[in-house]
Amino acid sequence: MNQGKPAKSNERKIFVCHGTGCVSTKGMEVREALEKALAEARLQDIRVDFTGCHGFCEQGPIVFTEPDGVFYCHVGVKDVPEIVESHLRNGQPVVRLHFKDPLTGEVVPLFKDINFYKKQQRIVLRNCGRINPERIEDYIAVGGYEPLRKAFTEMTPGLVIEEIKRSGLRGRGGAGFPTGLKWSFCQQAPDFPKYMVCNADEGDPGAFMDRSVMEGDPHTVIEGMTIAAYAIGATEGYIYIRAEYPLAVKRVRIALEQAEKKGFLGKNILGSGFDFRVHVKEGAGAFVCGEETALIASIEGKRGMPRARPPFPANSGLWGKPTNINNVKTLASVTAIIANGADWYSKIGTEKSKGTAVFALTGKIANSGLIEVPMGIPLRKIIYEIGGGILNGKQFKAVQTGGPSGGCLPASYLDTPVDYESLAAAGSIMGSGGMVVMDEDTCMVDVARYFLSFTQAESCGKCVPCRVGTKHMLDMLSNICCGKGKPSDLDLLKELAEQIKVGSLCALGGTAPNPVLTTMRYFRDEYDAHVHQKKCPALACPELTNYYILPDKCQGCGLCLRACPVAAIAGGKRLVHVIDQEKCIKCSTCLDVCPRRFDAVAKASAEKIEVPSEPVPVTAKKPVSVASGSISEE
Amino acid sequence: MENITLTIDGQKVEAKKGMTVLEAAQAANIYIPTLCHHPDLEPYGGCRLCVVEIENTRGLPASCVTPATDGMVVRTCTPAVDAERRTALELLLSTHPFDCLVCDRRKVNRRCTPYDVCLRSVAVTDRCVTCPANERCELQAVVDRLGMKSCRLPRVTRPYPIDSSNPFFEIDHNRCILCARCTRTCNELTGIGAIEMAYRGFSMKVSTFGDKPLFESICKSCGECMAHCPVGAMSPKDAVWPEKEVKTTCPYCGVGCQMLLGVKDNKVVQIRGERENNVNKGGLCVKGRFGVVEFVGHTDRLTKPLVKQDDGFAETTWDSALEEIANKLSRYKPDEVAVISSAKCTNEDNYVLQKFARAALGTHNIDHCARL
Repeated sequence: MNQGKPAKSNERKIFVCHGTGCVSTKGMEVREALEKALAEARLQDIRVDFTGCHGFCEQGPIVFTEPDGVFYCHVGVKDVPEIVESHLRNGQPVVRLHFKDPLTGEVVPLFKDINFYKKQQRIVLRNCGRINPERIEDYIAVGGYEPLRKAFTEMTPGLVIEEIKRSGLRGRGGAGFPTGLKWSFCQQAPDFPKYMVCNADEGDPGAFMDRSVMEGDPHTVIEGMTIAAYAIGATEGYIYIRAEYPLAVKRVRIALEQAEKKGFLGKNILGSGFDFRVHVKEGAGAFVCGEETALIASIEGKRGMPRARPPFPANSGLWGKPTNINNVKTLASVTAIIANGADWYSKIGTEKSKGTAVFALTGKIANSGLIEVPMGIPLRKIIYEIGGGILNGKQFKAVQTGGPSGGCLPASYLDTPVDYESLAAAGSIMGSGGMVVMDEDTCMVDVARYFLSFTQAESCGKCVPCRVGTKHMLDMLSNICCGKGKPSDLDLLKELAEQIKVGSLCALGGTAPNPVLTTMRYFRDEYDAHVHQKKCPALACPELTNYYILPDKCQGCGLCLRACPVAAIAGGKRLVHVIDQEKCIKCSTCLDVCPRRFDAVAKASAEKIEVPSEPVPVTAKKPVSVASGSISEE
Repeated sequence: MENITLTIDGQKVEAKKGMTVLEAAQAANIYIPTLCHHPDLEPYGGCRLCVVEIENTRGLPASCVTPATDGMVVRTCTPAVDAERRTALELLLSTHPFDCLVCDRRKVNRRCTPYDVCLRSVAVTDRCVTCPANERCELQAVVDRLGMKSCRLPRVTRPYPIDSSNPFFEIDHNRCILCARCTRTCNELTGIGAIEMAYRGFSMKVSTFGDKPLFESICKSCGECMAHCPVGAMSPKDAVWPEKEVKTTCPYCGVGCQMLLGVKDNKVVQIRGERENNVNKGGLCVKGRFGVVEFVGHTDRLTKPLVKQDDGFAETTWDSALEEIANKLSRYKPDEVAVISSAKCTNEDNYVLQKFARAALGTHNIDHCARL
């Protein structure tokens, strides 16, 4: 590897993604194999390097070449010789490794043609997957630290704040407070010293936006932080990263060291006389430490619990001193704003929500991964154009935005623009950027239960509504999912949810009921079905769902009998198999193994399908008689 | 300090700058329920019972953590406040045994008296057998005050065993409402830091370092945590209801802590610190809180002067004892005599003794045992 040499634009390069996702699928081995193979093939003019996350981790390890822009997915060590011989030596890209659109099956050879990327607008993620995150020269080559120079030499702190205010940037941690305004509060605070904290305690399940930025482009964050520190007059900084992000911690530490060596950090930055030092604080993985007062307590070595505001951290934060806290994505946006100007940034997005939003798009969707889109884009565009729609031809049911405390929005809200106000009006939140897509097989009561189990377990326990209230809500939801819910539970659940929202100390409790309130608002029929008919319409809640082997379809092959982990199936050669409902644990194995051509296993909720009580010989075909349409035959 | 004026429930209230809304209301005798707040401790904002409505402020802020400002308009009993308060209280009750709510004796507004028959026991003699804090429980008081009769929520429990490792008091996590008064007391008041909250979510509990039994921790057994517990989660092991209280000074050392001896059947059964004095302001140490009960009535305690004879000690009267001492002292030169006083004596007693040594005996050989 040609470590240390700056990149040249006409140079032939092959990049291997080294984000956490691709590292876990052996991206590092692929890079080593490539280096070895290229040396053996005497193709030393081609540079092998690695980048941070591309955001398309499900396709990893990702390899792409420059300048031709070919994109390879799921590259293994065994594919390396073919790539080197066919593509790099003979100019014939390896077709079988190209990206295949999961819906259309179309093969897309070039990076720029992949829909997932084509429809995005990358500002925060602009360098992720483009540069080597462990080399400051790469970052400088793409214009890095120019904004810092601009801020330090051409702008006063007041002008920097004015620029950020004018850009309309709002906090990307979830609350959406105007960043410039937040800075000005801290700048005006009379006390000294001041602290600049970067909140990198990303805790939403399935979300990895901040991690990817830190792994793929750590200097952007450090630069944004230094600009913020200059603006507010902070001399010490902390980056609070959760310890579960070892690669991000490592790369941020490398970047800090490199930036200090180059004079972008430390004493007398760029000869301005301004000092700024940054420490890395590893968090122990509490979701609540993303709340700024809890985060401050955690840095101070206390139990991570929020406190009431005022006093706001801008006046009394870390060690009781004025403190400004910004999310990773906010700081990455700051660098771009200073580079391109507030006018450029404020043209992107909607009237009140400027710029772009980064989401971790997951769930029952064709393309899942990290996306960045302009604010105001409708949910439909994200899900169907970037995400490629729902997998397996299923129907869209709901989308949850904003992490575990966001709301679930139904199909009728698909045209909702993604911005702070519109999502809040629909009962959800922007949050830090989780987006989970659900299809018709998802039970909305179960979804609410799942998210509440997370927020309950992550509640710090300080205030009563959050600690005890979410526990009762979770118990009620669990009961409803098991068919033990009472009609009165629904009113109580709603009442509790509303009181917890108002009465909790911090935003964790204040938003935890969102999944329950929105599912009750948009999918009330599912709650009613669970409570009144003891039926799960999505056939997802195991306690309310039964598996049956249809006598007119079973061919007596015995696959299910052998696969059943609890020996709940009776049968024999050419006998119609029968599931013992008492023994069945509803693991769905029988349904999964039953050959497609037989389709003999059916799921039903609150319906009884007539099946023989014990195995009988396979008979002539006759139609199965079912009373209602709630059976899903797979 | 600067004075400010705010309006609480339509009433103009004078307060000092820096006071919280709760403090301002309490100073004006306006009732706002609270369980996690304690005047000795820093504001916490956990129980959410003290929520109020403040004009031009979003939501329902907790008054214990909201600074009072000049011209502020506060409402303590609006329908929204009441609903939130009741929910919080109902949630707390669902985690706490509520035997006292359903006690039949409560309905007739009568306290248990000796030999009353109880649901749990054939006879109630020394205290309520279901709760050590019955009738002295702040949760019970708030429930009464808000007129809550029942709890719609099922009882939820955290299966933690009672920590009875400490010889003087025990922690019953089943009664704990996690107001954190104990842990804050241990950190803010005593500076020991033996207990802190551990675990997250509903599993949160008061814990020592490494979740070891209290007696194996750095706990000094002062019982200050227990004294600040609003409910019966921390209680002395031999809790007995006193009939009356007698104010006195702790005899254990020269600090002079004021204490209230709880007396029953002419025996000291319980002790608590007297808040209305400048020496200890309600605080006590392990000796004062738990030791005095034992030694006051101990059988080994000397209650009469003894005179040494050939076959051991014999009881005598104070007059003859003092005469004996005076006789013997007069046989020695001042330099041959030394006087030792006790740190358990009051300052006044010690002063008198050194005066006696220096002025009456004429010796400077006077010392005390307080630097043990």
